[in-house]
Amino acid sequence: MPSISRDEVAHLARLARLDLQSDEVDHLAGQLDQIIDAVGQVAQVAADDIPPTSHALPVTNVFRPDELRPCLSAEAALSGAPEAEDGRFRVPQILGEEQ
Amino acid sequence: MPTITTLPSFDAAINRFDPVMGMEVHVELGTTTKMFCGCSTEFGAEPNAQVCPTCLGLPGSLPVVNRVAVESAIRIGLALNCRIAEHCRFARKNYFYPDMPKNFQVSQYDEPIAFDGWTDVTVDTDDGARVFRIGIERAHMEEDTGKSLHVGGATGRIHGASHSLLDYNRAGIPLIEIVTKPIEVPPALAPAVARAYVTELRELIRALGVSEARMELGQMRCDANVSLKPTGASSFGTRTETKNVNSLRSVERAVTYEIRRQAAALDSGTAIVQETRHWHEDTGETTAGRVKEEAEDYRYFPEPDLVPVAPARDWVEQLRGTLPEPPAARRSRLQAEWGFTDLEMRDVVNAGAVGLVEETIAAGADAAGAKKWWLGVVARTANERGAGIDEVGITPADVARVQTLIGEGTLNDKLARQVVEGVLAGEGSPDEVVTARGLAIVSDDAALGTAVDGAIAAMPDVAEKIRGGNMGAVGALIGAVMKATGGQADAKRVRELIVERLSG
Repeated sequence: MPSISRDEVAHLARLARLDLQSDEVDHLAGQLDQIIDAVGQVAQVAADDIPPTSHALPVTNVFRPDELRPCLSAEAALSGAPEAEDGRFRVPQILGEEQ
Repeated sequence: MPTITTLPSFDAAINRFDPVMGMEVHVELGTTTKMFCGCSTEFGAEPNAQVCPTCLGLPGSLPVVNRVAVESAIRIGLALNCRIAEHCRFARKNYFYPDMPKNFQVSQYDEPIAFDGWTDVTVDTDDGARVFRIGIERAHMEEDTGKSLHVGGATGRIHGASHSLLDYNRAGIPLIEIVTKPIEVPPALAPAVARAYVTELRELIRALGVSEARMELGQMRCDANVSLKPTGASSFGTRTETKNVNSLRSVERAVTYEIRRQAAALDSGTAIVQETRHWHEDTGETTAGRVKEEAEDYRYFPEPDLVPVAPARDWVEQLRGTLPEPPAARRSRLQAEWGFTDLEMRDVVNAGAVGLVEETIAAGADAAGAKKWWLGVVARTANERGAGIDEVGITPADVARVQTLIGEGTLNDKLARQVVEGVLAGEGSPDEVVTARGLAIVSDDAALGTAVDGAIAAMPDVAEKIRGGNMGAVGALIGAVMKATGGQADAKRVRELIVERLSG
């Protein structure tokens, strides 16, 4: 029983907007399965008193004051955009719904 | 699909079904800068003039949390009687939609900063005011999205658009999302309770000073979840989420509509689909949006670029000390101080004028006078202009000054109204309007005498009656003098002058 199914890989590819061919899904499903198994070995040695790690540094509460910092000009902000119109980033037709 | 004309009435719907509601409200914080970068949050700038590498998600940029936003989140949580997390993380909500340039939104997922609270709301019923306790599931921090402009389709809708234009000035502005626990109240009151909750929340947010919470500017946005279950059943039905219901009145209407629509569907044996729905202010209907289970695969994971937030308990207690008087307690106190009836107080609250009336009284006006102007001509003007009652150009100090001028005898009610209208029209302060329009009461005997003589001459029969002792006829002459002086005569002095002349 693989750790990740072929269908799950295809689903993730869809969510990530990756246009994978059928043979690519097969190929990646096998690779991802190995990766998950490898990571899964960590779970075998983790004791109950060790919380899952999300951050490598034991640091909390890094804040900045609510003070203005210089931002980019609209021109600079748009300079790297493939397309711009009326001071805005222009993107192709959106299929689907507002989030 | 049934249209609104074929739906059962609300009463018929709640005869067979019990609604369960859940409200999700987003509040845009009034911080100076964004959640994770120092860009301005000022409304109305040129597109993309308030962006930087961080809020544009450019490579190599790193977010840092705005301390004031965290303080605001904790204060909101405390004001909603929530517990404050001792340790919580941000999470990435991944989705592909160009309103976030990063392809994810930084939010909180399984570790909200505030959770498990409540707030009480009051609803008017036929049996008087009733209080309902609304459970608060959580309040968490996140960032706002950019604004999309859809080009080429009908009326700016996404459907049929050829392309879209993005302005990221709003992307990254701090948001607090406040989620209720399931709300189950007497079915007939459900829409009113939903509205009362959002009203209460708005007042609380304003009292905290963390946001102006102006719904018409999108500073406070409401999503309403509604499901139905057969009357008396215990397990919940399938819910829908009506998005962006952005006025108090719409909250009530949208909940009412969804209850009727779902009742019609269930009556006809149609299953409710778990989906988002769009609210249409113009028709009062909702239409289907995206289906939830397909779209909501956000693959949340802890945000690696932000360290956890672990508010020290003494900091939390210090923030608790900054909480304002709870709105409900404040309303009771002010009502007693002002001597208003429940009905009068409710009118003031519904007009959003509690603070304004309070400031007007502090500036020297009496309670009845303060209420009269704000709820009268000022509220009507605000309504006509589609603006807030505090945005039509008259201040509490102006209203108090008008009341003072009445008290001094410089103005009568009719003239005072013209003065207020002048201030509302942008003609200056009350004193400036009085001078410019020449509105002060005329009590100068020479000027009044001429008008009195004129009135007596014009109505000899009335004058004769008064000479004969019929004092009831004096009113007719006073009326004539008032007319001749454009309502500016001092009516009391006019009466004295008439009596002097006709009883000699």
